[in-house]
Amino acid sequence: MKPAILALADGTLFEGTAFGAEGECVGEVVFNTAMTGYQEVLTDPSYKGQIVCMTYPLIGNYGINPEDIESRRPFVEGFIVKEGSPYPSNWRKSQTLEAYLKEWGIVGIQGIDTRALTKHIRDQGAMEGVISTVDLSPMRLVAKARSSPGLIGRDLVKDVTCAEAFQWRQGDWQLGHGYLDDRFPTTARLSSTLRLRPEGSSPKSDAREGGEVQLDLFGHRSSVIGTRHRVMAIDCGIKYNILRELVSTGCNVVVVPASTSADEILAFNPDGIIISNGPGDPEGVPYLVETTAQLIGRIPIFGICLGHQILGLALGGRTYKLKFGHHGANHPVKELHTGRVEITTQNHGFAVDIDSIPGGEAELTHVNLNDGTVEGMRHTRLPLFSVQYHPEASPGPHDSRHLFHRFVALMKQERGTQEPLEIPGVERSRVRQRGDIAV
Amino acid sequence: MPKRTDIQKILIIGSGPIIIGQGCEFDYSGTQACKVLRQEGFQIVLVNSNPATIMTDPEMAHRTYVEPLTPEILERVIERERPDALLPTLGGQTGLNLAVVLAESRILDKYQVELIGATLETIKKAEDRDLFRQAMARIGLEVPESGYAKSTAEAETIIERVGFPAIIRPSFTLGGTGGSIAYNRKEFHEHVQWGLNTSPTHQVLIEASVIGWKEFELEVMRDRKDNVVIVCSIENFDPMGIHTGDSITVAPVQTLTDKEYQIMRDAAIAIIREIGVETGGSNIQFAVDPADGRLVVIEMNPRVSRSSALASKATGFPIAKIAALLSVGYTLDEIKNDITQSTPASFEPTLDYCVVKMPRFAFEKFPGTNETLTTQMKSVGEVMAIGRTFKEALQKAIRSLEIDIHGLESRFLTHGSRFTDKDGEAWREAVRERLRVPNWERLFYIAEAFLLKIDVQEIYALTQIDPWFLENIREIVELEEDLRNDRSKTLLRLLSPQKLRRAKAMGFSDRRLAQLTGSDELTIRDLRRKLGIQTTFKMVDTCAAEFEAFTPYLYSTYERECEANPTTRKKVVILGSGPNRIGQGIEFDYCCVHAAFALKELGYEAIMVNCNPETVSTDYDTSDRLYFEPLTLEDVLNIIDREQPDGVIVQFGGQTPLKLAVPLQRVGVPIWGTSSESIDRAEDRKRFRQLLMQLGLNQAPSGTVISVNEAARIAKQVGYPVLVRPSYVLGGRAMEIVYDEASLLEYMERAVQASPEHPILIDKFLEDAVEMDVDAIADGGRVVIGGIMEHIEEAGIHSGDSACSLPPRSVPPKILDEIREQTTALALELQVVGLINIQFAIKNSTVYVLEVNPRASRTIPFVSKATGVPLAKLATKVITGMTLEQLGFTQEPRMNHVAVKEAVLPFVKFPGVDAILGPEMKSTGEVMGIDRDFGRAFAKSQISANGTLPLHGTVFLSVRDPDKPHLSPLGQAFAELGFHILATDGTARCLQEAGITAERVYKVTDGVRPHIVDRMQSGEIVVVVNTPEGRTSRLDSYSIRRTAVTQGIPCFTTMAAAHAAVQGIRALRAEGLQVKTLQEYNDGGPGVDRAS
Repeated sequence: MKPAILALADGTLFEGTAFGAEGECVGEVVFNTAMTGYQEVLTDPSYKGQIVCMTYPLIGNYGINPEDIESRRPFVEGFIVKEGSPYPSNWRKSQTLEAYLKEWGIVGIQGIDTRALTKHIRDQGAMEGVISTVDLSPMRLVAKARSSPGLIGRDLVKDVTCAEAFQWRQGDWQLGHGYLDDRFPTTARLSSTLRLRPEGSSPKSDAREGGEVQLDLFGHRSSVIGTRHRVMAIDCGIKYNILRELVSTGCNVVVVPASTSADEILAFNPDGIIISNGPGDPEGVPYLVETTAQLIGRIPIFGICLGHQILGLALGGRTYKLKFGHHGANHPVKELHTGRVEITTQNHGFAVDIDSIPGGEAELTHVNLNDGTVEGMRHTRLPLFSVQYHPEASPGPHDSRHLFHRFVALMKQERGTQEPLEIPGVERSRVRQRGDIAV
Repeated sequence: MPKRTDIQKILIIGSGPIIIGQGCEFDYSGTQACKVLRQEGFQIVLVNSNPATIMTDPEMAHRTYVEPLTPEILERVIERERPDALLPTLGGQTGLNLAVVLAESRILDKYQVELIGATLETIKKAEDRDLFRQAMARIGLEVPESGYAKSTAEAETIIERVGFPAIIRPSFTLGGTGGSIAYNRKEFHEHVQWGLNTSPTHQVLIEASVIGWKEFELEVMRDRKDNVVIVCSIENFDPMGIHTGDSITVAPVQTLTDKEYQIMRDAAIAIIREIGVETGGSNIQFAVDPADGRLVVIEMNPRVSRSSALASKATGFPIAKIAALLSVGYTLDEIKNDITQSTPASFEPTLDYCVVKMPRFAFEKFPGTNETLTTQMKSVGEVMAIGRTFKEALQKAIRSLEIDIHGLESRFLTHGSRFTDKDGEAWREAVRERLRVPNWERLFYIAEAFLLKIDVQEIYALTQIDPWFLENIREIVELEEDLRNDRSKTLLRLLSPQKLRRAKAMGFSDRRLAQLTGSDELTIRDLRRKLGIQTTFKMVDTCAAEFEAFTPYLYSTYERECEANPTTRKKVVILGSGPNRIGQGIEFDYCCVHAAFALKELGYEAIMVNCNPETVSTDYDTSDRLYFEPLTLEDVLNIIDREQPDGVIVQFGGQTPLKLAVPLQRVGVPIWGTSSESIDRAEDRKRFRQLLMQLGLNQAPSGTVISVNEAARIAKQVGYPVLVRPSYVLGGRAMEIVYDEASLLEYMERAVQASPEHPILIDKFLEDAVEMDVDAIADGGRVVIGGIMEHIEEAGIHSGDSACSLPPRSVPPKILDEIREQTTALALELQVVGLINIQFAIKNSTVYVLEVNPRASRTIPFVSKATGVPLAKLATKVITGMTLEQLGFTQEPRMNHVAVKEAVLPFVKFPGVDAILGPEMKSTGEVMGIDRDFGRAFAKSQISANGTLPLHGTVFLSVRDPDKPHLSPLGQAFAELGFHILATDGTARCLQEAGITAERVYKVTDGVRPHIVDRMQSGEIVVVVNTPEGRTSRLDSYSIRRTAVTQGIPCFTTMAAAHAAVQGIRALRAEGLQVKTLQEYNDGGPGVDRAS
């Protein structure tokens, strides 16, 4: 067992053994309290810039399952567990967690008192840290942790957003079936100036053929245009399950890079826009705030997590950093309108100060029952709402899936009695079906 | 939605006596409910027949009825109390079933009592297999195929659909008894036939078996606003096919991906909604096919259950308390999480540790029964252990069981194996056989299999235990092998600091490390301390440290940071009683809980140590600090090192802490109360005899022997019959009465191995003596008797299995005074500080001392309930240094009523075992009947224990020759009461000679039908009196007693009990049952005031 050290910026050290790739990583150390779903956590792009400590001590028990990914690769900077299991057991598993971490070059540490670390972060706040298996000098490691840039004001979105637009066709995962696709054959007519890559299609449909097909912008046949809502997802580090939920709710989904301009988005006349989750500080992505400000009021918008914070800023409000954030799958959130409590998945280090939004037009809709922070809001006049937590779960409870239906209802309402819009005539491009999702 | 204001008075039904499958977890849940609802300002009416519960303490409810749990009695109570609501979900299956009867018979409507927590419709939907299956189909969930059959022909059609293996469950048998698995047609026919015969409704459920699948449980809570949370997920180590109560279980789930877990969670939420549990908790069981993740729903309990008690302890989320609050209108978000004090109860606890529950069995008490684990629960208790890893928790659980196994010890090696060659196929084959058939030792055979290099795949194929669990065991075994190898090395070389730390973190006990390295426990302990490897304690906080916790609920582990943070208060550690077992049950937990309450009252910090998840003592609310830990010397010392308490109390938890008294005192731990020296004087036979001689008290002639020859000599000397038993045992383990030398030698051969380390005690058996039990408190200067009980059964029946009457009913005052004097003399001589229990036998007006226990006895809660004097609390205060005078307890309580304790026996769960009483204790629980005279009180105790005491019908009498002289008054009495008498040949003749009409009936051995068993099975006989003779002739009457057990016919196996029954029947015939609260019996409230 190779030794490894976790050094925190305040000088606290934890000695353990290497788990995963060898090397060194730097990031903000946070803890996640979910007891299942480490693979979804690893691949959640919102963890870019962060080293994640799982509070549940036995991690890796069910190995790595190729279907259980939330993005194209793991994004955590480093991984901390009490005991990583070298002998996973599950009917779907394809490899061990450690092998996976090695494959992706993720540096990790195990065998440390993760509860002591968690308490330390809880009391002192999230802080920068370094895990190293190559340099075991505490002094140097602490210095490295101290000189790490941190999250404040940084644009981490650019590191995780997609390089080019792509179309999403994969729906919910079902036991015995795997991922369902949107059940529409891939014959299409129109496309856009954006090059589309159908990413995340189910292996089944991928296996169908390697040939090239034409798709329209939203991947549906012309005959069904109008029965499905066309959603454009601004990818700030979007979790696949947001996209899957949208597909399952009857949306045709196109994902665009976070840098896509408002004009480009409006050019395609989508029925609705999702501003996704993503890593870091919302103030680090002013261009996205700008884009959002231009979209507000023109098209229904649903903001999730970072997207919610971006909306807060775009509406003229402020955001602030939480002491150690919310990262887990058991946070109670109350919807004020119904009084119902949902158990939610959360992963954020920043929050919206709703009172700072001028005009009093942002209505608080959801509140965190643990600490009273803002969990959701809507605009009293304009078609937009947002939540701080993750209605797409994965990992975590499905209590809030209905928000996707609410989004669809909002789109319907906004579209009113209008007939389906013409898809703008744009130049055709030929796109290739891609093979397996990178794991 | 805040508290409902339209209800003021709530009726809560308890679960009655402790039986297998329904343990003290329902005292825990009921107590929580009573406490919190009382705090909320509701009037609480409680009915429970079990006096050994905390819930029946007079302070817990406003009106406490210790009465039989029958619909008639419940109606009396309802009529008298007129409650607004009935909360049926906290009293186990007993409480739920009673609520159903009360609702269906419209008694609840008649008195306008609302069912809260679960409606009748909900209960039926969950409990009725057909309705449940339909409900599951509506929400798209699968259940195993099943069908009800009333005949073999019907069964045939069902099995076509269901397929093999199939589970056959007779409907409405007592305690769900008689479930079996059929793997083929032949077995199917047999089991169905047997099941149809066993079932009172002649109906069996035939269900497709998912044997070998993975088993999971979720604990779900729902409130009036339809908020639902999953409190805890549990994964069974043992696969489907073994009752979850008999399975090793683990929390949280270990081998489900989030996707699979969420499917299960969604299913659980859909189920609780569809079944319609509006408020409260439910337990839902699932089976998952390990090959493809397919999920089926096994069952749902729309109430708190054994698993919810476990889940509460495993997570720190008090399910029963919150269920009670939800039932009166609160919603989850309105209830605060006790532990964090800032966050609401509407969340899902998250764990940062692993919990292992392990069942404790008592097969040694029931020789001849099939020890294979099946769908019918057979364990009598359980332990829970918490560790940072599964390995640590597993090993802590093993040593918590107190079965003298300290780690994954090889069974064949410890049993003095006939195998020597580890590579030999014979040894492997023997192990394989024990892996194939589920048995309680299987965990150890798995370890042994690894030792023999049988690989994981093969063990999995044999056991269907998930490879993840198996691999963890393999890791433990590998480290063991590493430690075992090369004993030539010095201990320090063998146990490098790194390796020792690793072993401790993996849960190895010092004792096991000593075994493996050829050292001893204290040497390992010293080495460990020298190397700075100290135990750390972590908190169970519901939230994985995300929020600060305020409830010191702790477990030990080997980590970097210790969170124990001991206070500087005056503090006392109470050592609990560990897992429930026959001979040491809820009574001792009751005493420990009272000790905690008393210490808190006096301003001490009460620190509880225990590992039994079913109990009130392990509720974090009971004491100031709770250590959920094994009760071994090592684990207790670790806590004491950390806490540095002012005192440790060992006298309330039964034998478990008592065993630790001497070793603890030896290392300088301050034991409070009676000294370990006095304890030893009472426990050591030789010293005890000297003590009695010194005081001039009588003892039956006796001797201690260490060889077979010596045994025969001593037995001849004291004269047969003799009582033989190993020394230092609890509950009369392996104790027998033998009538001649041949039987003695047979006993020595069969039951014990006499040796200098294991001496055997031989006492002259006092035939036909009356046995008495006395509980008293002494403060070093004064001795006050709490109660004198007269046993119904004669001496020779274990006191734990004997019914008894308080006050005594037939012993003359002169003898009672003598008993009082002797009690006082013994307590003073032993310098008892706290409780003392003495057993006496009276023969020919001579008082003999049988045994002295300077500690809490099994009867303390019974005496306390009967007299209203909280003996355990008073004793605790005495232990802290107060005098009885200061406490105002200076006189033996006087009673104007009679209380009868009756034992409840588990024979129905152990097919093949004779339902006979003897010197070895077999009962799992007890009930109390209380009324104004003995007859009525005894009648109530019988109804509580057996469910009925028939007032007319046919009685069957068959008594052994020595009892025949006493037969005629009994026969006369039954005849006068109008009973039709059936009797076997000899008994009938004897009755006829006395002029009593009796119909002669064939014995089974007569070979003519219908014989007695046929007539019992036809439902013709309502009472059986059968007193069996020595070992051989017992076999003849065995089938009679067995049939009585399976048919639920009251069966009296002693003349004394039969006579008492007649008195009871007579009393009931004269006037029906009346009910009265404990508060009324002991007016003036809990005891002390009255006594002083």
